[in-house]
Amino acid sequence: MQVGTDDRSLRRFLHGLPGVDQVGLERRSAVLATRSIKAESKRRAIDLAISMIDLTTLEGADTRGKVAALCAQARRPDPEYPDAPSVAAVCVYPDLAGFAAERLAGSGVGVAAVATAFPSGRSSLDVKIADTRLAVEAGATEIDMVIDRGAFLSGRYAQVYEEIVAIKEVCGDAHLKVILETGELAGYDDVRRASWLALLAGADVIKTSTGKISPAATLPVVQVMLQAVRDWHRLTGEHRGVKAAGGIRSAKDAIRHLVAVNEVAGPDWLTPDLFRFGASALLGDLLRQRRTQLTGHYTSADHIGRA
Amino acid sequence: MDWTYSPAPENAAIANLEPTYRPFIDGEFVDGGGEPLKTINPATEEVLAEVGTAAQEDVDRAVAAARRAHDEVWGRMPGAERAKYLFRIARIVAERSRELAVLETLDNGKPIRESRDVDVPTAAAHLFHHAGWADKLEYAGLGPAPKPVGVVGAVIPWNFPLLMAAWKVGPALACGNTIVLKPAETTPLTALVLAEIAAEAGLPPGVVNVLPGAGDVGAAVVGAAVDKVAFTGSTEVGVQIQRRLAGTGRRLTLELGGKAANIVYADAAIDQAVDGVVDGIFFNQGHVCCAGSRLLVQESIAEEFLELLHARVETLRVGDPLDKNTDVGAINSRAQLDRIVDLAAAGDEEGARRWTSSCPLPERGLFFPPTVFEGVEQTMRIAREEIFGPVLSVLTFRTPEEAVAKANNTPYGLSAGVWTEKGSKALWTAQRLRAGVVWANTFNRFDPASPFGGYRQSGFGREGGRAGLEAYLAV
Repeated sequence: MQVGTDDRSLRRFLHGLPGVDQVGLERRSAVLATRSIKAESKRRAIDLAISMIDLTTLEGADTRGKVAALCAQARRPDPEYPDAPSVAAVCVYPDLAGFAAERLAGSGVGVAAVATAFPSGRSSLDVKIADTRLAVEAGATEIDMVIDRGAFLSGRYAQVYEEIVAIKEVCGDAHLKVILETGELAGYDDVRRASWLALLAGADVIKTSTGKISPAATLPVVQVMLQAVRDWHRLTGEHRGVKAAGGIRSAKDAIRHLVAVNEVAGPDWLTPDLFRFGASALLGDLLRQRRTQLTGHYTSADHIGRA
Repeated sequence: MDWTYSPAPENAAIANLEPTYRPFIDGEFVDGGGEPLKTINPATEEVLAEVGTAAQEDVDRAVAAARRAHDEVWGRMPGAERAKYLFRIARIVAERSRELAVLETLDNGKPIRESRDVDVPTAAAHLFHHAGWADKLEYAGLGPAPKPVGVVGAVIPWNFPLLMAAWKVGPALACGNTIVLKPAETTPLTALVLAEIAAEAGLPPGVVNVLPGAGDVGAAVVGAAVDKVAFTGSTEVGVQIQRRLAGTGRRLTLELGGKAANIVYADAAIDQAVDGVVDGIFFNQGHVCCAGSRLLVQESIAEEFLELLHARVETLRVGDPLDKNTDVGAINSRAQLDRIVDLAAAGDEEGARRWTSSCPLPERGLFFPPTVFEGVEQTMRIAREEIFGPVLSVLTFRTPEEAVAKANNTPYGLSAGVWTEKGSKALWTAQRLRAGVVWANTFNRFDPASPFGGYRQSGFGREGGRAGLEAYLAV
């Protein structure tokens, strides 16, 4: 895709994208949510959803102890049922990335670190680059950066673009997820524009939210982002991913998102490489529902270990 | 990853299907004098139930019962009292919605998702809406002291059996009329359950009568001593009815066929326009008089639009109508399937390019895959005739003027759709479209407060809202 990277060219491109009709979009989401996923298709969906989780802790109170607990569950979510897949990654602040990497070594579980003055993104580019470098050098295999929403909302698209390009460069081999923080943007048209801006700048994955702002991931927002990666693929042949983060707490809700992935972007995106859930509470419910599917009765939440 | 949804069938037993059903006359289910008919499940072609039909003497008896009920009870009852019965009927429809939805799906072949989420709730909404009108008729702006017209003869189609029954019964009863209703030959069951519900609600005998049967029963109802005829169905039959009633002084409203254009401008919200076009033609297998069966897409975006449209249509799931994940169900009858097959063949013959979804079809039952014809020209039969099936004809246009000219170049005038992000362009277009209903950036939305109806060969008269009351009132 060739688009000029100054404010004016980017504005012309982003504002030339087809609009999103709110009523129609939300209606389609509501219909997708009526899909009834049962039996074998539900079992597959649960395991797929588990394997797509970025198990997350992003608190000021995070400690090595907390991260160690998370890493243990990430490797082996339900030791009583060892066939339960491990999650995709553990997501932490940069200062704990090294410790998480140690704990996850050899497991195949990725280490994701939020960077770029997460969650607000309010700092200089130098600080953001240093933040990212800290995480990458500590062993993060994935970087979750935030866009500068202030710049985006005031139309300084080039600044947002350049920051993503700069962070992408620092990432090296690490996968770059770009958080749009859709709850702070002005509607679905903005979600589409921010998605394209991030894709143009080289995001491997576009991500809904930091989890610190409500609303976070909603089905209509995720649908718009799935349309963006689908269209990107139609134009360039490249597969880019989507991460729905924040607010998805139940297996039912996760499965609704998988239905949207399947029917909006397509079955190609039903892989942890191209779709992720950023969540902390979701795993517990998925494991409960997984046991229910296997045993035929509900399990108390306390019968499953919780990181 | 290829993720197949496991079957998620609704339980057919919820329908409380009976082995036999009978006509409902003067407050009772009675044996009809006509030859019983067998109604089938179009998804399996198995017989669902045997249904007694009406003979001429049953029609006469029903009309006489309706006349007596009108003269002695219903027509003179205060509106506020009539409202109580209608509210009660609406409540019971809502309470028995699951049963009605499953029964409708069995008898009609439409997906359970649609009967559950559209047909039955919309039917209940229509009844609730009209219950609210019953004591406010003098404020409807139609005259200071509106009176009922008397006995209504209503003949309804098979595509929305319960909903069409509610569209007739609601306004007829709210306005103080009584009704003799003839459901379609292939889908009589939910109208008979509605009669049972009316009885359960304590509705006085004779106010609602339901007479199953084929076209001959419909003709008998239309020809009987009724004061008003309300017909929804094909233009061909509508013409016969109008000819028959001409000069009799009886009132008539007709809601007939359509060949609606869905106009997609280059500046539309493309993804939602694709969804809307798909909903517009594949909703209810395209068995919708207001279906958006002609897509008029601006030439500058046609290629991309069709690419997205194909991808979207590929996601439609065709199959067991009782499966909660089915998007397109069964074609209602063998005769209708034959008609769709014939018209599609005419499309091939006349040089249009047929594209068919690769979705698998069930091995038995009456099914037709979602089909899109491209390269369709205004002169072709598939651009002019109502197919009443899951077949979309795609035409292109260059300017708004051309879009309007093509959209109006049809003998019909029921509905149309406009897709653009520019409000002024939507209004400009809507003002020039000769159609009773024009949707902007949506399609196939029905609200009881909004009048529905067509002109030219799509009929006349309105149903729903304040305007819809006029046909049922002497003002």
